[in-house]
Order: sequence, then C-alpha cells, then structure tokens
Amino acid sequence: MHISEGVVSGPVMMAGAALAFAGTAVGLKKIDYERMVHVAILSSAFFVASLIHVNLGPSSVHLILNGIVGLLLGWAAFPAILTALLLQAILFQYGGITALGVNTVIMALPAVICYYLVGPLPGRGPRYTFVAAFLAGAGSVGLAALGLGSALYFTEKNFLEVSMLVMTANLPVMIIEGIVTGFCVTFLLKVYPEIFPRRGPEK
Amino acid sequence: MDESLARQESWMHRMDPCVRVITAVIVSFCAALCHDVNILVGHVLMSLVLVGMAKLPPVAVFKRLKPLFWFLVMIWVVMPFTHEGEPLVLMGPVALTRPGVMLCVNISLKSVTILLYFMALVATMTVATLGQALHCLHVPDKMIFLLLMTYRYISVIQSEYHRLLRAAKFRGFVPGTNIHSYRTYAYLAGMLFVRASRRAARVYDAMRCRGFNGKFHTLDTFSPGVVNHLFLTLVSMTALGLVVTETLLM
Repeated sequence: MHISEGVVSGPVMMAGAALAFAGTAVGLKKIDYERMVHVAILSSAFFVASLIHVNLGPSSVHLILNGIVGLLLGWAAFPAILTALLLQAILFQYGGITALGVNTVIMALPAVICYYLVGPLPGRGPRYTFVAAFLAGAGSVGLAALGLGSALYFTEKNFLEVSMLVMTANLPVMIIEGIVTGFCVTFLLKVYPEIFPRRGPEK
Repeated sequence: MDESLARQESWMHRMDPCVRVITAVIVSFCAALCHDVNILVGHVLMSLVLVGMAKLPPVAVFKRLKPLFWFLVMIWVVMPFTHEGEPLVLMGPVALTRPGVMLCVNISLKSVTILLYFMALVATMTVATLGQALHCLHVPDKMIFLLLMTYRYISVIQSEYHRLLRAAKFRGFVPGTNIHSYRTYAYLAGMLFVRASRRAARVYDAMRCRGFNGKFHTLDTFSPGVVNHLFLTLVSMTALGLVVTETLLM
C-alpha cells in the first residue's frame, strides 16, 4: 500500500515526515544493539514475506503483514518499515524520497496501535488468540487504508472518490491478512512463543 | 533483487554519495512542492539530463517506471470525471473537467520526475554506499546498521523462503483461493520468522565474538572535490531557480 510520489500536498508530506521521524526516533531509542540484530533480520523476513503473493480468485495479492510486524517489534516497527520502504525504493524504485515519511506512517502507525491493543495476547486458548490476531491483521491493513485515504483527502477534497476506491479495493486484502495473521500468530505461539517481545525470557 | 543501476560506470557513479543524497533531497522536494505545469516540465527536463549523465539504460529506466504507470492510469480514469469544475469535454452524462485534467497532468509529471531524480542520484549507488552517505549526513548509527543488516539478510531469508516453498510443492501444495492455502502460507511466513529470529541470535553471538562495537567500517572512499561541490551548487540552484520563477509567475 503506497502513496505514489508527487501526489500528496506539502503540508501532508511534512506532517508525514515529522511523524515518521518521531516514531523512528522512539523506535531506535527503545532497541539496543543486541535487539538490533534481531530487528534487522526480522525486517528482512518481513521484506521477503511481503513479496509472497497469495491467490484471490483469478488475481493475486501480496501479503503486507504490518499487524505481525507490530506484534513482534513494537515501536521498532517504525525504523523497520522505514528501512523496508527505503530498500524497496532503492532496489525496485517503488518510491522516491518525498513520500517516504507519509508511507512509513501509513504502515507503521497501525502496527504500533496493534502492538498496544493486541500485544498482550492472553493465553486464553487458541480460538481466542486466532480471533485477536485476525483483528490485528485485518485492523492494521484497514487502518493503513484509512490513513492512505485520509492523506489523499487532506491533500485535495476532490480525491474523495479515489480514496473510497482505494479503501474498497483493500477490503478483501483485509480479510486475507486477518486470516493469515490469525494462523501465523497461533503457529508462532505454539512453536516459538519467545519471539513475542512481551513474552520473551529476558523481560 | 539487483542493484543493476548501481553497477554501471559513469561520472555520476563516481560522485561523492553524500553530495548525491543531498542533491536528491533538494530537487525532489522542489519538484514535489511545485504547482505550475511549465515549471514541472523544467524539472522533467532536468531529471532527464541527470539520468543521461548517469548513463542509465533507457529500457531499464522504463521498466522501473511501469508500476507507476498503472497508478497513473487509475488516476486518469477517475480524476477527470470526478473532479468538480468547468467541463472541458462533455461525453453524454459525464464531463471531463479542466481542473481534473490539470491535476492529472500535474501528478503524472511530478511522480515521473521524482522517480527519475531518485534513479539518477540515489539508485546509482549500492546500499552499502548509501549507508556510508547517510553516515556522513549524521544519520544515527543504529538506523544505518538496521539498513545494512536488513539488506544483507534479505537474500539469505529469500533463499530460505524458496526452500520452504519447494518443500511444500514437493508435498503436492497447489495454491488456490481457500483456507488451506492461506494457512499454508501463514505457517510458511511464521517459519520464516522463527528461522530469522534463531539466525539473529547466532549472528549476534558471532559478531560479539569478533569484537563488534556497533560500527561498520568501509573500504570505499570518495573524495568530495571541487567538481562535487560545483555539481551540488549547480543542480540545487537550478531547482531553487525553478521555485523562484514559479513564485514570480504567481
């Protein structure tokens, strides 16, 4: 989910850059070098996972997984997503410099919200976990679409139809993300619960 | 996953990366904040000159602009009809409006030119060199560490992903639109995270054993000579000149 370069207005661009800067600063402050390697290699895993295309009828959509990014990394989601977007820009030219801030906030803010709302996953059985993780996955994509839509709307009121189109197009993606996140989190809790920051042995 | 644009040889590639990053930021924001179509044409011309200076193969440049074209097609299909304003062409019940078309032209020129600036100035360096440039711009070491480490492990994790996918296919996995496929992909992604996390622990231990103190050292050195400063001044001045011209025109 990207806003292309040259679309958003100056104030939206600046607000995005400022928020991304603040979020990244908080994220970097919260991680020490030992955790840094962990964050970096998980970021590579998210980068690779976002290249996975799953079928959706005759077409296919790629995974976003910013819900799991939030659950696994917390505030470090900001620097991790900024890094991923920068690498996408430099390796595939999916973006440039000016929309980097806005795009980081669109993806990372829902991830952090997810971390706080669903992060303390209580062990109330697999079904409960699945539902919570489904909501995290679907919600974070939904919030990202909402963020993208509002960035467009604040740029130009006439973008309303385009924003609506983008948000509607993301509804099936939300459901798929919810299902995949649900299964993925249940799986991780079963095989490697230490991966979740709040359940780690060091805390 | 290639850095083919960075592997070329040109005058631009030998420029000081730090200078290139600063220039890219200045010209990109000048273009992004521009509203006048004539001035934007000036930016497009300048970005084409820079792409020419970097000697980037036109086919590769065009291929990289393709995803953007799809987005622009969507904008062109929706905006001219939904934007309020004076109608330009009436087509039955719907009308193409002048401000809608102008907005589309504006966005198209802007997005293409910003991507061209990025390609010419930033994509012509490897990620390692970018890390070096960011370091001389006083970006925090942790951020650069994150960038370089993430980049380093993408190929490793990717081959891990292909191995897992191959194993699934050997067991007769055929992806479709059903819960089973989504569950398989979810477990696959989950396994990827588990392995990444385990690998991170090993990598950190190995780095500690070799005395890692949070800093990467580089063997590539660039000398920011007179030519580099001249380039930075010239390109930035042209971009700022375009901004001033636009303000004067308004």
